[in-house]
Amino acid sequence: MTDHTDSQTTQTTDTARQSELSVVGRFIKATELDTRMLGMIGALLLIWILFDIFSGGLFLTPRNLWNLSVQTASVAVMATGMVLIIVTRNIDLSVGSVLGFVGMIMAVTQAEILPTYIGFDNPFTWIIALAVGIAVGAAIGALHGYVIAYMGVPAFIVTLGGLLVWRGAAWWVTSGRTVAPMDSNFRLMGGGPAGSIGEIASWIVGLIACAAIVAMIVSGRRQRKRFQFPLRPVWAETFLGALGCFLVLGAVYIANIYYWPIGIVRRHIQAGLLEGEATTIFIGHGVAIPVLVAICVGIVMTFLATRTRFGRYVFALGGNPEATDLAGINTRWVTMKIFIIMGVLCAIAAAISTARLNAATNAQGTLDELLTIAAAVIGGTSLAGGVGTIAGAMIGALVMQSLQSGMVLMGLDTPLQNIVVGVVLVIAVWLDSLYRRAQH
Amino acid sequence: MSLETATQPLVEMRNMSISFGGIHAVDDASVDLNPGEVVGLLGHNGAGKSTLIKILSGAYQRDNGEIHIDGELATINNPRDAKGYGIETIYQTLALADNVDTAANLYLGRELLTPWGTLDDVAMEAKAREVMGRLNPRFQRFKDPVKALSGGQRQSVAIARAILFNARILIMDEPTAALGPEETAQVSELILQLKSEGIGIFLISHDIHDVFDLADRVAVMKNGQVVGTARTQDVDKDEVLGMIILGKCPPGATPGPGALSS
Ligand SMILES: Nc1ncnc2c1ncn2[C@@H]1O[C@H](COP(=O)(O)OP(=O)(O)O)[C@@H](O)[C@H]1O
Ligand SMILES: [Mg+2]
Repeated sequence: MTDHTDSQTTQTTDTARQSELSVVGRFIKATELDTRMLGMIGALLLIWILFDIFSGGLFLTPRNLWNLSVQTASVAVMATGMVLIIVTRNIDLSVGSVLGFVGMIMAVTQAEILPTYIGFDNPFTWIIALAVGIAVGAAIGALHGYVIAYMGVPAFIVTLGGLLVWRGAAWWVTSGRTVAPMDSNFRLMGGGPAGSIGEIASWIVGLIACAAIVAMIVSGRRQRKRFQFPLRPVWAETFLGALGCFLVLGAVYIANIYYWPIGIVRRHIQAGLLEGEATTIFIGHGVAIPVLVAICVGIVMTFLATRTRFGRYVFALGGNPEATDLAGINTRWVTMKIFIIMGVLCAIAAAISTARLNAATNAQGTLDELLTIAAAVIGGTSLAGGVGTIAGAMIGALVMQSLQSGMVLMGLDTPLQNIVVGVVLVIAVWLDSLYRRAQH
Repeated sequence: MSLETATQPLVEMRNMSISFGGIHAVDDASVDLNPGEVVGLLGHNGAGKSTLIKILSGAYQRDNGEIHIDGELATINNPRDAKGYGIETIYQTLALADNVDTAANLYLGRELLTPWGTLDDVAMEAKAREVMGRLNPRFQRFKDPVKALSGGQRQSVAIARAILFNARILIMDEPTAALGPEETAQVSELILQLKSEGIGIFLISHDIHDVFDLADRVAVMKNGQVVGTARTQDVDKDEVLGMIILGKCPPGATPGPGALSS
């Protein structure tokens, strides 16, 4: 009986809504686009346009957008892991310090330890340094995860301790000395003219991405057809595919019209690598390697979160830990694995930022934990657990970085920048909670 | 009678005890269950019914007692162990992950995978549609997280999950609490069908009317102890009510440690 009345009420409200649906509403329903994500992208565009106006057209330039993408990469990588952590009702306050420590370890490995065995500029230096960093990151994550999951110490406390411990440990490695320079191959992970894949490769990557988008839409449709589930209208699928391809190719185009600085072109001419007059040679950067790394991390993490058992358990654990336990899932091991992944991501982020700076410093990654958490939360990860997307967190990272670099372009003082970022974070979460309440 | 002595009990819980901080939630309780039998576990709220069956389902660790399955000593230390013995449970709290959809809940911990080892969501949804169709034909909300469902729909999901995996022993803790009369009748029908397939069922309720007609036997608990067990053909409802309320064991029942000594 209850159920009967229930389905009736939903039916009537459904029909009532149907007739009220505007063109926009019908469009969103047909495309099954996430309205929250759309809102965030809208906010991002608004921020970009406002900064462009207030900075006198300095923001929406290929140069600035390209830099923005590179600056976002390291926090975006860590934000993908923070999503899983927050989804399971945990927190990680230590990521900035872990980045600092692992960065220092990788720097010392390539600049001070490896040269004594395999010499300078060995082609394997970068991969060994990276592997060491990832192993150390994973070990740190495993330690955090073990204490949290098996010893029952709250994540807040464990990672607050980690924040202090790993920052101190980073200092300890070299007694506070900055380590530089990095291996030339390793530095490619940081971007710059050399650390970008160039115009042709960028177009190829873009086209592959477009092909993947189309293939995903087609195979998803075929699967649903096979089981005779409801399908999205063809026009909606076409629109989504076209939009995806347009965004990808647009981003590639912008990366490709950011040309090498004339100084670097001159140096290449002097070195005999290029011929001609420096002022007439335009070489596009193309997509930066750190950005590609971040995108690959995003794809892998999205796959993990949505297509694997592990990801399913992460979300179930966030929704109802007791039920997940009763379903026979080893929730402690799942929690520990999440922190191991976070450690690995910190190592990748550390590689990007160390390579970009061409040095490892003591203070590297300071306050990154806050940017990372803010990115995940602005990106729609609920602090109550159980809800969040990888893509959202990466866009959240882009929002945070846009705010920061926009304010730098406008010449705002650092203290004022911090105030703005803090206020924006609070407002964003407040808007999000309003949105969620309106949903119910 | 000859049937019961001839076949081995499917489950025997002997002298189970568990206490939480000095409170004896279950105290020296023994119950058993035969294949194809429905045993109603009755008692007031707080009598210890849920706690007793949570020991069997692996959710709680007992302080004392032995569990025998098919006559052999069983090791049940966690829910995984219990599922390994073919024990499926519908918890009173339903134990659903609220933020994921119906199919994800049905297959939680036992997901169907594609040949590449990824989640086969489409196949799981197809199977979910089939099972839910049997329990609740009007149910259509397969894309929604289960927190968006009504109490009755959520209960259907919990029941569907328990019957999806060829259980041998089914524990149903107040399975119809949130259901209307129509769905309750459907669940009764389901119980009879599962029973005819040889599945043993513990049916738990605080209300005698929910179970008396379905059960072959009843076991009554009071203050963590078993008052007594009886075949439903040997006692009437009033006598069972006397067991539940007063702890008084009628002549047709076998008294347990909790029976009122007169
Ligand atoms: N996890 C627990 N911690 C503390 N006390 C509990 C716990 N679970 C049950 N109890 C106590 O055990 C007793 C029996 O509870 P329960 O088994 O839920 O009763 P029933 O299912 O018969 O209504 C109650 O007094 C309850 O408060
Ligand atoms: Mg109970």
